Amino acid sequence: MQNPVLTVKNLSKAYKDIEAVRDVSFSVAAGEVVGLLGPNGAGKTTTISMLMGVLEPTSGSIEILGKPLRGNRSEVMAKTNFSAVYAQLPGNLTVWQNLYIFCLLYEVPAAKKRANEMLTAFELTEFRNTKCGLLSSGENTRVMLAKAMVNSPALLFLDEPTASLDPLNAHLIREKIHYYAAEAKAGILWTSHNMHEVEAVCDRVLFLSHGKILLAGDPKLLPQEHGKKDLEELFITVAREPLSLEL
Amino acid sequence: MSLIRVSAIILRQFFLLRKNITRICNIFLWITLDVILWGFTTRYLNSVGQATFDFVPVLLGAVILWSFLIRVQQGVILAFFEDMWSRNFLNLFASPLKVNEYILGLIVASITTSSAGFAVMTLIGSFAFGFNILSLGLPLFLFLLVIFLFGLALGIVTTAFVFRFGPAAEWLAWLVPFMLGPFAGVFYPIAALPSSLQPIAKAIPPSYVFEGLRSLVIHGTFSPEKLILGAVLAAAYLVLAYFVFIQMFKIVLKKGLLTRFTSET
Repeated sequence: MQNPVLTVKNLSKAYKDIEAVRDVSFSVAAGEVVGLLGPNGAGKTTTISMLMGVLEPTSGSIEILGKPLRGNRSEVMAKTNFSAVYAQLPGNLTVWQNLYIFCLLYEVPAAKKRANEMLTAFELTEFRNTKCGLLSSGENTRVMLAKAMVNSPALLFLDEPTASLDPLNAHLIREKIHYYAAEAKAGILWTSHNMHEVEAVCDRVLFLSHGKILLAGDPKLLPQEHGKKDLEELFITVAREPLSLEL
Repeated sequence: MSLIRVSAIILRQFFLLRKNITRICNIFLWITLDVILWGFTTRYLNSVGQATFDFVPVLLGAVILWSFLIRVQQGVILAFFEDMWSRNFLNLFASPLKVNEYILGLIVASITTSSAGFAVMTLIGSFAFGFNILSLGLPLFLFLLVIFLFGLALGIVTTAFVFRFGPAAEWLAWLVPFMLGPFAGVFYPIAALPSSLQPIAKAIPPSYVFEGLRSLVIHGTFSPEKLILGAVLAAAYLVLAYFVFIQMFKIVLKKGLLTRFTSET
């Protein structure tokens, strides 16, 4: 693979007797959108948490833009960002204050200007002085995505980024992220339970089950390759009978 | 270390305080009530039994320094708790922010709020009870420095434990200064403690400060040895607290506890 922005090798995470992630290896190329799929408890969030540097792996290695995450956390994290439904921004600060603070945390040049740009880009100008805690879940999702883009990351982790959006807004956000990946040559790791969305957005998908990658490939071709009607049917099979597909 | 990232942590606290009367009241209200309560108590003590001893500088001075210690500790933990309550740790620690930058941000936030609190206590002591603590001169600032360093150490170590054990351990942060209270010698000399408890008092810096303050106010003598011992101990506790926080942070990363702050309340 050319220009991998993310290279994961033999990544594992164990908690006492539970192996949450088992020997996972994959990479994400510049400009590529990779879907990380799997049923609840498959190990998606554990994997993403390790990639974000907030969970220490039991074994394995993570390289971002050719640099190991271990020992270079701050430097490497400056080139990544994330948005997740479970990590909202402080509700007691306004939209602009949150964006400005995260511009500073990522040491974005001309931080105030960048915060204003993100307000415009995500159609949040009217909420500039509104506290995030007063926004609807859809508006909050847009703020989190704006925060995720403040540093123009080379690698973006999106954990169910459109989960609380209406179909129109979800479509607009998908377009925006897709455009960003292509334009900025950014790698994106995307988790979602919406298989239609995954088919529309992802260049490649990885199916996780019981902490292992069971399947990987083009979301448009994978269902046929495994005798399934569509990605959703394949997902259900992986979730119900992972052993029948284990390679 | 990036001062820009440190400034982001400080700015967050400033944004929270700005135009927010409830948060500002929290900085001043408790200490104001403390100083007023003890101010009247000392006045009463002076008036009974034909006292030949002025309680005001001894007790009110001690109350101001002890309240300052609590304010410094709480300045750190409140800044930390704001991130805990708003479930912001994942956002912060998935960014380039380093632990030492975060701690420095908490310390500066605490300096700001505790200094404002000290100014208010000084003003109330001076105008309401005729006791200007600043009249103690240079020794006061040295005492304050020791108290400040130890307050930071307490704040950092208590946040470290809350970080490790989760939001359910929040009560620990409020309890710690009161656990040390009996041994700090705020209102009585260390000699008043049973001999078995005196080693505990000698192991904590505030005891040297309050012994020194009493000696200065009652006898007019300043003991540099005690102050140096207190300062060395306070600096050592601060370094220790920093390492405790780092160790707790490592455990948090290993056990994946940061995500707990997004779900547990």
